[in-house]
Amino acid sequence: MTRKQKRMAVIAGGVSFIMVAVLLVMFAFSQSVAYFFMPGDLKTAQISPGTRIRLGGLVEAGSVKRDAGSTVTFVVTDGTNTVPVSYTGILPDLFREGQGVVTEGSFDAASHAFVADSVLAKHDENYMPKEVADRLKKDGVWEDGSGKGMAQPKGEAAGAIKP
Amino acid sequence: MIIEIGHFALVLALAVALIVSVVPVIGAARRDAAMMALAPVGSLVLFALVAFSFGVLTWAYVVSDFSVKNVWENSHSLMPLLYKYTGVWGNHEGSMMLWLLIVVLFSALVVVFGKNLPETLKANVLAVQSWIASAFLFFILLTSNPFIRLDPAPAEGQDLNPILQDFGLAIHPPLLYLGYVGFSVCFSFAVAALIEGRIDAAWARWVRPWTLAAWTFLTAGIAMGSYWAYYELGWGGWWFWDPVENASFMPWLAGTALLHSALVMEKREALKIWTVLLAIMTFSLSLLGTFLVRSGVLTSVHAFATDPTRGIFILGILTLFIGGAFVLFAWRAPRLKSGGLFQPISREGALVLNNLILTVCCATVLTGTLYPLVLETITGEKISVGAPFFNLSFGLLMIPLLLAVPFGPLLAWKRGDLLGAMQRLYLVIGAAFVAGLVLYYIENGGPVMAALGLALACYLMLGALADLWYRANFGKLAFNVAWRRLIGLPRSAFGTALAHFGLGVTVLGIIIVSTYQTETVVEMKQGSTAEAGGYSLVFDGMRHAVGPNYTDDQGHFSISKAGVVVADTWSSKRLYTARRMPTTEAGIVTFWLSQLYVSLGDPMADGGIVVRIWWKPFILCIWGGCLIMMLGGFVSLSDRRLRVGAPSRKVKVAKPVKPVMEPAE
Repeated sequence: MTRKQKRMAVIAGGVSFIMVAVLLVMFAFSQSVAYFFMPGDLKTAQISPGTRIRLGGLVEAGSVKRDAGSTVTFVVTDGTNTVPVSYTGILPDLFREGQGVVTEGSFDAASHAFVADSVLAKHDENYMPKEVADRLKKDGVWEDGSGKGMAQPKGEAAGAIKP
Repeated sequence: MIIEIGHFALVLALAVALIVSVVPVIGAARRDAAMMALAPVGSLVLFALVAFSFGVLTWAYVVSDFSVKNVWENSHSLMPLLYKYTGVWGNHEGSMMLWLLIVVLFSALVVVFGKNLPETLKANVLAVQSWIASAFLFFILLTSNPFIRLDPAPAEGQDLNPILQDFGLAIHPPLLYLGYVGFSVCFSFAVAALIEGRIDAAWARWVRPWTLAAWTFLTAGIAMGSYWAYYELGWGGWWFWDPVENASFMPWLAGTALLHSALVMEKREALKIWTVLLAIMTFSLSLLGTFLVRSGVLTSVHAFATDPTRGIFILGILTLFIGGAFVLFAWRAPRLKSGGLFQPISREGALVLNNLILTVCCATVLTGTLYPLVLETITGEKISVGAPFFNLSFGLLMIPLLLAVPFGPLLAWKRGDLLGAMQRLYLVIGAAFVAGLVLYYIENGGPVMAALGLALACYLMLGALADLWYRANFGKLAFNVAWRRLIGLPRSAFGTALAHFGLGVTVLGIIIVSTYQTETVVEMKQGSTAEAGGYSLVFDGMRHAVGPNYTDDQGHFSISKAGVVVADTWSSKRLYTARRMPTTEAGIVTFWLSQLYVSLGDPMADGGIVVRIWWKPFILCIWGGCLIMMLGGFVSLSDRRLRVGAPSRKVKVAKPVKPVMEPAE
């Protein structure tokens, strides 16, 4: 091979690696991106069972129920619409009734309930998941600075264990 | 009063920074020695002022001066003393102060170690460092002033976020910032070179130690952050592809690429323009990371408070520096002459491949991190890009790089022999395959990916050792001769081998943990038993305890293997009283390289408690590998040839004979 051909081969190799990377990224996006919804959106959006989504809103007060074993059910609300959610596992420390929450999972084909496999937990006790806060602000249900306001933890020791 | 003096020192620092930003550049252009001499003096004064100011803030924390708003918001008189020190950077204002302190610290280090740098280059580098310092001084003084007072002073503080009340906070942010911000020196060198319009192998030799130091600290910082998240959050994960983790990982990828391309430039005078571009990109990614973390545009575990003015301000700094640097690059880069031809199959070729893959991987992470943001701005749709995306795209793209790693050091400069390298590696490849097959056999099939992954990890580790083996010429020379050769190898050779070996160890840990970890969620009552990783855990009951600023509900677990009790652990739910914030303190038991991880969940109505137990085989390899990489960095840094001031004499001789400098080897 001449020097020119060699150089072309190297450039072609590099470009094809980048092409592969771009295709892979696009494929990965199509496979694994989860869209965010709030309970009100679900009336209009048709989500087939099995499609992964993120569901956000407030945990309705008084809706958290523990079954035998480690499955928990609760209701996610945006003030007017509600979606029942079931989750198996340990809820994050900052999960409280009345607080904002983001869950990820899909609708079960048989029961039509939302089965979450992860419930988002954050570091800050005033924290409101951003997606949820944006929407609630728009709907006038919640405003900045009232982090604890609307969600005055009834059992503030929800995460603490009474011996 | 002392608080106001600290505040004043910061304002004074801004004035000094502005002077150092301008005067030396003019001096360098006019070859005015007096104006250039201002740079080192000014940089040292700047460091002293910022350090004093930082010291004042620390003092306010230590004496719990709640008349300072920042202290009141993030401290508590009952907090242990260590956390009063570390709490200084456990909040937005304080962490920006730490950022600034490290920028000016690096300027001061350039002054101390760069005594032999050419005057003009030194003046320009220090001026560019001062641009960065000025921008962040403006940012702190205008939007994030830590010295704001409260009147009347509250009696008690609001306490530090409990998650941050941990030894991890003492080391993770300083290490991470030393890495992150350390790349500012590379950036300054790159911009200074562009201003001068001249760049040579000596430049690469000056930049490489700084890159290496920053890279080493960043490696340590990321590993430390990962381990901290693992044990403190109680979720049992060690990497979440959280945007903020990505923000620190991207400069690491780009910095790793820079480390390798600077090598080519130093040894062969090739890839000059690319190296300069990479130096700019690496620090740009550090700035981008700062923006992502500090502006609150991303949903992240690290976003403390969201204040739109801060976001816009940092975005301004980001645009100014990245945009400015790229404009300068576009204008000046064509003047830089490139040189050093090489064959595709050569050490240079291998390093180019390394750079190609690392930058593409970095771009992938960048895309995944920013795509949700861009999509939301354009269409308003909110999406989340999580671990599956990164594992698929980044994970697959990294494989060719990992396969190429052992080949690189075995190829000669300029014109390499792939077949020869293959012949040297065939034992390594064979041994790696055997290791994979053995695992496959032991596990009676088991996941094929695990066997292949194990083979890959062994290949990396053995490949790193093979490099040293062939350099010392074991096998051809008598053992004691080869041994003496091995001892006599330059430290950078050991650094390379250690870093590549560490990479293998980390890959090993990742592969084993992700394929063989088990997770058990089970409801336990006093006396009930659960199984994980071949151990049985007996839940012995709960007890209540009171700490300095929290109350603790602790569960005790006895761990036994084959009927014999081998260990025990406490796992607890903790409630920090000041913020009424609960945290999970996982019980972690280490068995050699593996760990049992027990975290408590919610109590049940019938008196039981939900317990989550993970068996994490070989998990310590992940961070152990990072420690080895870091060690490699330090060993390489101690190489005589790389000492920061060392290249000077050679250059002084070389400079007058300008046209082409012969590379050192």
